[in-house]
Amino acid sequence: MTKPIAATNDFVVKFANVNGSGSASANGMFAKVILRMGVPVGARNIFPSNIQGLPTWYEVRLSDAGWLGRRGGVDLMVAMNPQTWDADLKEIMPGGYLLYDSSKPLPASKFRDDINLIGAPLTELIASEFSVPRERQLFKNICYVGVLAQLLGLESETVQLLLKEEFKGKDKLIQPNFKAFELGRAYAEANIAPIGLHVKRSDKVGDRIFVEGNDAAALGAVYGGATFCAWYPITPSTSLAESFQKYCTMLRKDADGKNRFAIVQAEDEIASIGMVMGAGWAGSRAFTCTSGPGISLMNEFVGFSYYAEIPAVIFDVQRGGPSTGMPTRTQQSDLMLAAYASHGDTKHPMLFPGSPTEAFEMGAQAFDLSDFFQTTVFVMLELDIGMQEWLTEPFKWDEKRRLNRGKVLTYEHLEQGVPFGRYRDVDGDAVPYRTYPGTHPTKGSYFTRGSSHDKDARYSEKGEDYTEGMERLLRKWETMKSHVPAPIIKKAKKRTPDGVIYMGSTDPAMEEALCAMESHGIHLDALRVRAFPFNSEVFEFIRDHEQVFVVEQNRDAQLKSLLVNEGGVHPARLVSVLHYDGTPITARFIIKDITEKLQAGQAAALPEKAK
Amino acid sequence: MTYIAKPSLHHPSLERNSVGFTRRDYEGRISTLCAGCGHDSISASIIQACFEIDLEPHRLAKFSGIGCSSKTPDYFVGPAHGFNAVHGRMPSVLTGANIAAKDLIYLGVSGDGDSASIGLGQFCHAVRRGVNMTYICENNGVYGLTKGQFSATSDKGSKAKKGAENKDSAIDLVMLALQLGATYVGRSFSGDKHQLVPLIKGALSHKGTSFIDVISPCVAFNNHVGSTKSFDYVREHNEAVNRMDVITPRAPITADYKAGELKEVVQHDGSILRLRKLEDDYDATDRNAALGYLARKASEGEIVTGLLYVDPDASDLHDGLNTVSCQLNKLTDQELIPSLSALEKINDSLR
Repeated sequence: MTKPIAATNDFVVKFANVNGSGSASANGMFAKVILRMGVPVGARNIFPSNIQGLPTWYEVRLSDAGWLGRRGGVDLMVAMNPQTWDADLKEIMPGGYLLYDSSKPLPASKFRDDINLIGAPLTELIASEFSVPRERQLFKNICYVGVLAQLLGLESETVQLLLKEEFKGKDKLIQPNFKAFELGRAYAEANIAPIGLHVKRSDKVGDRIFVEGNDAAALGAVYGGATFCAWYPITPSTSLAESFQKYCTMLRKDADGKNRFAIVQAEDEIASIGMVMGAGWAGSRAFTCTSGPGISLMNEFVGFSYYAEIPAVIFDVQRGGPSTGMPTRTQQSDLMLAAYASHGDTKHPMLFPGSPTEAFEMGAQAFDLSDFFQTTVFVMLELDIGMQEWLTEPFKWDEKRRLNRGKVLTYEHLEQGVPFGRYRDVDGDAVPYRTYPGTHPTKGSYFTRGSSHDKDARYSEKGEDYTEGMERLLRKWETMKSHVPAPIIKKAKKRTPDGVIYMGSTDPAMEEALCAMESHGIHLDALRVRAFPFNSEVFEFIRDHEQVFVVEQNRDAQLKSLLVNEGGVHPARLVSVLHYDGTPITARFIIKDITEKLQAGQAAALPEKAK
Repeated sequence: MTYIAKPSLHHPSLERNSVGFTRRDYEGRISTLCAGCGHDSISASIIQACFEIDLEPHRLAKFSGIGCSSKTPDYFVGPAHGFNAVHGRMPSVLTGANIAAKDLIYLGVSGDGDSASIGLGQFCHAVRRGVNMTYICENNGVYGLTKGQFSATSDKGSKAKKGAENKDSAIDLVMLALQLGATYVGRSFSGDKHQLVPLIKGALSHKGTSFIDVISPCVAFNNHVGSTKSFDYVREHNEAVNRMDVITPRAPITADYKAGELKEVVQHDGSILRLRKLEDDYDATDRNAALGYLARKASEGEIVTGLLYVDPDASDLHDGLNTVSCQLNKLTDQELIPSLSALEKINDSLR
């Protein structure tokens, strides 16, 4: 028999459930109890594009050391789905544990002999106390949390407190839930031998919060002054619009119940972005939230926004592509799509939040950037950030901060005789002035069009008018580079010729990987890209290293392509580390891939480097 | 400056409206459409209507899509902001602008290609939502700018300039607008200014979605024998159900009709639609009856024109959205940015 795994505050529990069975709230409760006990948790829902009956998983990684990326491997599997039983069992590490419903006997062939079996007759326990079928199904979930609480040492009083908070206002649900919890806990106490995994109260959580990126981004939009959201439902972005509704209802109501916001569920993504264009043109901060297929549809308007210079914010919660792809799996595969969306010569700024905290900050900042630069700004979320709850730094806001509306001429300006030409570069930064409709009875009107125009917005097919406008747009792109968020650079403890560039949700896995590699004598300077266009620091970083790994979650190395294309970097200097099966990237994957590539590089000289 | 190429000096004796503007103040740049194009007559009617309802020109916001008709907003009311959107997507852009700045008067001008083909969906959904706008479809049954293909409003059996016959059924935008809940629906003919100007005046004064289908023959590609959108055909088959005068809230009320001939409809802004019946059995406030009447006449090959339906008490998109009275684009930082303590409360709730 393999030695049972023994670990305290450092192991992975995975729940295998059937979707629609009500497991999500019980599993979420499990994670929250551990957080309340001061132990950091990385939690991930792995779910199908389906409402009822298909497999779903919830993975909880406990880490006193604070590693919140997905680890890979499972120490304790709670196997509640017969459909996925065989595959679930395979995932358990040798010496790991299996908690299963032992109400019906299972043949020995259904088990593994190198894992520890924990049978609890959950169905029977619940049937003895509850009679309504739906109750029996729901309370089985909280019952296995009771078993786990006893085995791992979760605090019952914390569970009770959380149940009270969870069901505030639906108080009659608190008692039966706690009863089901106690059924499981008492059974385990009386019948199951202690195991090697334990949760011990700690103090590593601090003031951090546990929140989804979509929720955070929506709150950022509220603080960023967005008044209008036009959207079309699509996984995994839907909860962003729903959260915007929630926070606006909470924070943007007048005393008489009137709304200082508007939300329209449009007929499709094209109408969504069209409405955003109209509102942005008229001087309201507006956004839409969508995913890859939506961006594909929005392309024409995004090009319009670029050329006619209209502010808009698009939250792209990236999922697995191409086509319908994997709607409920994560990827970073819309970079090329967003960067150069639409026909003709276009490019668009993108922000890459690396956590829900940054999703909040960038969710607000995107509106200042789009108003100032009068163009579409993409906030490139990912399913792994957007739809997963992360333990993350609390939201911060500077009360002195004002919304930067950019260059807008008012009635007073026009009245004082300030000259206006819609596409003139007055300040030398290539950013023109605009007016809102209805500003002045005789001055400041203009005609907005996607067809070629001169610097006073008049229709023109003259080559020189056209190139003057297109070149100003390029200069505006240059101005942007010093306004978008700078990268975050972490120097290795030792001087090294090797660097690594990454973005977004890769952050926690990368932090863990860097630390682990360092303990094995592998040193890498690291740079997390936070925006496109890339700031000069990004290219200086590449210049200062002999080889730079580019870690990203797509097949075609899209971040690398952008670096090569925009910075004239020799492709051979950039070595891709690509993870794109739809699951979040792990530290184990990064360490293995980089280590192998470094070893291979030492054995045989690297490809010819750029001069 | 970026508007009006025409000389801006006006003759001092030009008549001014009650807000101090002459008719010429409502003009735009010089049209580049073909000589005799029906669309230019519609632009002239829009100019006349805006002048007559005493609309300050900058309080109009003009929108269009792509096509000949969609070029026209450049040719009227120069002091108003204009937005020439992408093909078929004008309704969504107008909707967004209206949400941001609801106190302006919204006018969308579009064609039958824009409205009935590529943009049919957006047309329908803007009408469903009750966006407070006037939507004019300059309907010529043909793709003029790409030289003469049938559009989706071409009647079955209508002939193209080179003789090809249209085999597909026509989409009737008036019927659609009525079914989808438009609260002011009219049809007219670009050649009938006396009918069209009051229709536009009433629409611009209406709260809710106004739709006017204006048959506007294309002199270059759809004005031949065999076409059901030619000047001659429309004149022969035009059946007006009523004649209308619009009395703005500012105008003195005069009575020059005999009692019984008239139906007066008071709109939300106080304007009065004074309808004189030409068809005894036509009631422009009965949606269902209008649908039946129009269907019957269409099957007889008649083009029914006039004010076809009006609901003077209509609500609009903003009523449904329950927005504040202040335009969203005028809300201050203080009204938009929640407090730090609210954020701290949210942080607490996430621990």
